[in-house]
Amino acid sequence: MKIKNAFVRTDKPAGEVWVWLTGLGLAIGLFMILFLLAIIAWNGFNYFWPKKVVEITLSEEDGYLFRGGPTVAGVITQERGMIVENLAPNQGYLLDQATDNPDYLREIQLYTGNRDVYGQTFAYLNKGKIESIEQPKGILMVERLEWGNAILFPRKLVFADGTEVSVEDPEFDQVLRRELSVVRERRSVLDELERRQMGRINLRIDRARNELRYFNSLPVLSERQASERADYQDRIERLNAELQPLLDESDRLRAKQQQVTFHFVLPDGAERSQPMGDVVNFYYPNAMSVFDRWSWFFFKIWEFLTDYPREANTEGGIFPALFGTLVMTILMSLAVTPFGVLAAVYLREYAKQGPLVSAVRISINNLAGVPAIVFGVFGLGFFIHVVGAQIDNWFFPRMVAINTPVFGTGGILWASLTLALMTVPVVIVATEEALAAVPRGVREGSLACGASKWQTIQRLVLPASSPGILTGLILAMARGAGEVAPLLLVGVMALAPSLPVDDLFPFIHLDRKFMHLGFHIYIVALQSPDTEATKPLVFASTLVLIMLVVVLNLTAILIRNHLRKKYMSSTF
Amino acid sequence: MSHSIRTNRNVMTKQADAANDSDAELRGDIIQIKDYNFFYDQNSQVLFNLNMEIPERKVTAFIGPSGCGKSTLLRNLNRMNDLIDGIRHEGDILIDGHSIYDPLLEVISLRKRIGMVFQKSNPFPKTIYENIVYSLRVAGRSKKSELDETVERSLKAAALWDEVKDRLNQSAFGLSGGQMQRLCIARAIANSPEILLMDEPCSALDPIATGKIEELIHELKKDYTIVIVTHNMQQAARVSDRTAFFYLGKLIEYNDTESIFMNPKNPQTEAYVSGRFG
Ligand SMILES: Nc1ncnc2c1ncn2[C@@H]1O[C@H](COP(=O)(O)OP(=O)(O)OP(=O)(O)O)[C@@H](O)[C@H]1O
Ligand SMILES: [Mg+2]
Repeated sequence: MKIKNAFVRTDKPAGEVWVWLTGLGLAIGLFMILFLLAIIAWNGFNYFWPKKVVEITLSEEDGYLFRGGPTVAGVITQERGMIVENLAPNQGYLLDQATDNPDYLREIQLYTGNRDVYGQTFAYLNKGKIESIEQPKGILMVERLEWGNAILFPRKLVFADGTEVSVEDPEFDQVLRRELSVVRERRSVLDELERRQMGRINLRIDRARNELRYFNSLPVLSERQASERADYQDRIERLNAELQPLLDESDRLRAKQQQVTFHFVLPDGAERSQPMGDVVNFYYPNAMSVFDRWSWFFFKIWEFLTDYPREANTEGGIFPALFGTLVMTILMSLAVTPFGVLAAVYLREYAKQGPLVSAVRISINNLAGVPAIVFGVFGLGFFIHVVGAQIDNWFFPRMVAINTPVFGTGGILWASLTLALMTVPVVIVATEEALAAVPRGVREGSLACGASKWQTIQRLVLPASSPGILTGLILAMARGAGEVAPLLLVGVMALAPSLPVDDLFPFIHLDRKFMHLGFHIYIVALQSPDTEATKPLVFASTLVLIMLVVVLNLTAILIRNHLRKKYMSSTF
Repeated sequence: MSHSIRTNRNVMTKQADAANDSDAELRGDIIQIKDYNFFYDQNSQVLFNLNMEIPERKVTAFIGPSGCGKSTLLRNLNRMNDLIDGIRHEGDILIDGHSIYDPLLEVISLRKRIGMVFQKSNPFPKTIYENIVYSLRVAGRSKKSELDETVERSLKAAALWDEVKDRLNQSAFGLSGGQMQRLCIARAIANSPEILLMDEPCSALDPIATGKIEELIHELKKDYTIVIVTHNMQQAARVSDRTAFFYLGKLIEYNDTESIFMNPKNPQTEAYVSGRFG
């Protein structure tokens, strides 16, 4: 037993406590990331969930009324304590009441909708003065083309020929749904007609008009120019003639949208009506099964991703912004990868290592730390004002003459290139590391086979480093996809009239301005008239932006893993 | 093979050839090293005043203690050391009577004539097939029939054909260590070089794989001039015709393998081959 004593630890190994501290650091970091994601995911998904609507009856003591009546309906979005210091002088009595019932100092935020009537989207109610809260089955949440949602009790549908279907009619619900699908169907026909068919002609009219403007800007016209001008005039007339039937058709459809009227009562008792054509969708929030709720939830997500925005981005979907972000990120990747890889190959494989190369390398690393807006300014100053202007001078002299720059103004090409420039250091650094990691044996083996240096790089070194290059690209995309600041200067738009890629020749329109999710979030959060109402939308868009980055990265990671498997170097 | 230098034979080699090869009259010295000094940088001279001839279609072994410059010399034969910054040499190395340092000579065409097998097998991250045809592809040859024929011939020569003929299009990394090394040998001979340089080709292999490769060397010397660096005295004795003993960058003794092992002239050589130092 004596011998055992020799092994008893009398000293504690130094530094044990640091293990805990380092672990704690990681835990805090992870917690913050998860917390951030959880908040965004919760609020983002919440936007799509069909929430129950409550009808609140106020106790009429002290004349506490909502728009002169005791009832108000809506979705409870928040409950919070009132701040005593902020109470109006005439509300002092609340403090006394609150000693008996603390609810008198609590406030409920209620999403009431009906902005066209109430002038606001939210009502704030004193919780202590609420008499009862009910969930009426018959209440209807209606999404409209304008003014946001309406919360109402349906009364009747009135058709063009004067016939009516009242809510008491057992078939009312069916008829209402049928009318909804009719107007929705008609609206998509209208969309197709206006956005695609008329858009196509309008684009050509615009082009011809620009030519016309050019000829009109000339002081004197040669004979040939005069005849060309006449040609364009003819063309515009022809195109307008082509457009006319489409315009008529669209007017006819729009008129039809107004034919059926929907009559309803607001929770406060006011009777109102609206054409069915204004209704986008509706649901009975208090009469949905769990299955209904989930189907609605997924349907709304799908609609959000695929629809065009309405009402200055505050309603509807985010499709153009999502698409713009995607196209821009892809263009950026296409630009940044070859550029970064070539630079890295030169730096690592060809340049003579020395102080100069080290200096270049340090500069590249520092470039990654330059504020994004600086790149935006560079993009504006160089890409747009120098390169773009020169391209215009060479290829679009007429557009320059009428002061309508094509490439000499912001566009998706310049935005992508600016972001490519911003993220190129990441790609260079990652590629250099990957190149350095290619075993010497492989290079020597290749040279011993009689390959030149370039052949070795092209056939062995680059394929073997492709996983590392993709890692760089992943980091670049993660940074580039979410960056907004530089885009403000080089071509992003709150509402772009057209997509950067479509089915019109030449299909990819590099000169077009585009929408971007990051910018969309910014304007919806800060520039919309009612920021309280758009808050959920902001979260939803943020969620989509995160998802987009995740999806892009996952794609790259999958490709990388595939390449890794293919080029895994021998280990034995 | 080289016909140009057949008249240029060295007396000593001629005798050696005559001793153990009936075909001796046709053999010559394919590599000649003349007053060769080599420096990794200004101050560190690694090879000192080497003079030696390496005979055609024979196996020549380089032996010597670690760090004595065997690899350095071998890697200079196909100018693989050119990759290293700051190297410098004096003297000359002739292959087939032509200086490998001739400024008019493309180092690529030199390397096409000299295959090299490295100590650590270095298959390329490609399929077995693509590994073999690599030297043809970089030379711009891509006729399917020629490639197929080369793959079969090289793999058969490297005694690997039977083991891999059904999985030519699988990754070379799926092979065992010994198979990989034989693949590298097959790759080195795919483009029919004249000389095959091997730097400790068996150091990472077990005795069975080593035996296979030694057999292979025996086969290959019918067609190729082989220079092999080895730390294994038995291996040198088994596979080589001639042996060169280096010590501290100097060529101490160079002779028929039999003489080196049975009857070394230099006491250092004797001490080394009998295992008393090194
Ligand atoms: N790239 C290099 N730069 C500088 N010195 C080098 C370099 N490579 C080798 N040397 C030196 O040159 C000498 C000879 O090295 P070499 O690799 O030729 O020895 P070797 O005989 O092959 O030894 P081993 O049997 O251990 O492989 C050694 O002293 C080594 O340190
Ligand atoms: Mg060595």
